[in-house]
Amino acid sequence: MELLMAIVIGILFMCATYLMLSKSILRIIIGTGLLSHGAHLLILTMGGLKGDSVPLLSDEAASYADPLPQALILTAIVISFGVTSFLLVLAYRTYQELGTDDMEEMRGTETNE
Amino acid sequence: MNNLTFMPVLWPLFTGILLIFFAKKIKLQRGISLFSSFIGIVISLYLVFTVRTQGILTLGVGSWDAPFGIVIVADMLSSLLVLTTNIIGFAILLYSFYSIGEERERHYYYPVFQFLLIGVNGAFLTGDLFNLFVFFEVMLMASYVLLVLGGTKIQLRESLKYIIVNVLSSSFFVIMVAYLYSVVGTLNMADISQRISEVNQPGIISVIAIGFLIVFGLKGAIFPLFQWLPGSYYAPPIPVMALFGALLTKVGIYSIFRTYTLMFYHDQDFTHTFLAILAILTIIIGVIGAIAYWDVKKIIIYNIIIAVGVILFGISVMNEQALSGSILYIIHDMLIKAALFLLVGIMIKISGSDDLRDMGGLIKQYPAVAWTFFIAAISLAGIPPFSGFAGKLLILQGAAEKGAYLGMAVVLISSLMVLYSVMKIFMTGFWGTPKADYALTNGKVNKMLVPAVLLVIISVLFGVGTESVYPYITQAVDSLMNPEIYNKAVLKE
Repeated sequence: MELLMAIVIGILFMCATYLMLSKSILRIIIGTGLLSHGAHLLILTMGGLKGDSVPLLSDEAASYADPLPQALILTAIVISFGVTSFLLVLAYRTYQELGTDDMEEMRGTETNE
Repeated sequence: MNNLTFMPVLWPLFTGILLIFFAKKIKLQRGISLFSSFIGIVISLYLVFTVRTQGILTLGVGSWDAPFGIVIVADMLSSLLVLTTNIIGFAILLYSFYSIGEERERHYYYPVFQFLLIGVNGAFLTGDLFNLFVFFEVMLMASYVLLVLGGTKIQLRESLKYIIVNVLSSSFFVIMVAYLYSVVGTLNMADISQRISEVNQPGIISVIAIGFLIVFGLKGAIFPLFQWLPGSYYAPPIPVMALFGALLTKVGIYSIFRTYTLMFYHDQDFTHTFLAILAILTIIIGVIGAIAYWDVKKIIIYNIIIAVGVILFGISVMNEQALSGSILYIIHDMLIKAALFLLVGIMIKISGSDDLRDMGGLIKQYPAVAWTFFIAAISLAGIPPFSGFAGKLLILQGAAEKGAYLGMAVVLISSLMVLYSVMKIFMTGFWGTPKADYALTNGKVNKMLVPAVLLVIISVLFGVGTESVYPYITQAVDSLMNPEIYNKAVLKE
């Protein structure tokens, strides 16, 4: 199971890298979304995909899934939500002000300060 | 009074929340944040003296024992950096009153400023790897807002790049935490350190060590990962730029300090040699940038990169002298970079341009600015009575002991180039014939000069009084050189 997850996460990272290297801002933001998906799945996988039951004490079970990675993921998810929404609004503002969504046209050169 | 350990984080948090309620009342905002910053300095001074007398202070949040709960650890290095951060925060806040402009002040400038201080202080004080990530994010979120606040074209463009780079490095941080968790099964730094010393650094730990170097190198702008910095730091207004230049990259360096002395010190031939090579290349790149430009802001920005390289070179040598040199140098550099940015801001304010070729003869009308800049400039280069000297001397001594002569040569030559780059500003900007009539409302410049002079005076005292600061540095180095001291204090065995 972990091997399968590792391959899937690898594919997610691959797609994220490809998208983040493209010109359009929206593709880059989609890339960051995929990247954080990959990172979150990686925490889950690296914590081990074992255990009989969900981490709830009311369920009588011999073993539980590791609760720590789940808490870490929950934290990381809300943080990346916050950053992504900020980034989306910033991209919108940038589009309004600069009139382009092409990163190539956003160079900082001597004439373009 | 163990809660003292967490006060440098809680106090700005309290202030920041309070400030949100009266965003439109600028006078009140200024008053509250200045008062709070001053109390922040008092708290962190008290923290430094308490750590001096009682050794490493730890606080298990919620009374959970060390490896299971989050631990806040104040050792000497953290408390000294927290003190420096608060002093710089105070000075830059004072400068902001006269330069940031009412429009920005009305849009939550001061609350976000406090949130940045929370992130920086928290990152210095935490003893938990994931908590470090969270404080990094607090700091970065605040820095995104400060960078883009005002919404000019260059700010929008550059903050887009800055945020994308930092989202990438944050994801990397999460990935590395996941890998390390799967190897050692804990997140507490002291516990990680102990478990790594039990397994004695197999290959996977070296891979994770380099991974963390990439993460913190992206935050701290080391050689192949610095490209975001010159553009992003160029965009915001001067006080924000000073805040970034003095604090943000230094948090990345502090994290390398922590991880490379506490956790990944078993395979030094590989990890620390790698770090040394990157540090030397960082210095070279910074030097090239610093002497290439005629833009005053760009020159100081590339000087940040040089200092990062020098401090990391000290860490990579990993003996007592070099580490104490690095600590002295990081404190000196935080103070003097903030001062230089503020002074350069005054120059730009007076002459209305950031190009050196448009300035000249400022010393005739503004001698106080000129001589303050001169002292800051020679401190930066490391001329003996001033603060940059002792740190670099100790780094060089440590390197000589280890036989790292190439690095020594690069550090020495870089000092010369640093001196050249800032003297270029001094000689073309302040000497010569005035290119225009620079008569401004003189009172405002004098007010803006106060925080810069304050920082320069502190850094001069720091340089002249190195002898009296040195016991504190020794205590900091002690717990860096012997991770057992840190581990014992945290895990209470």
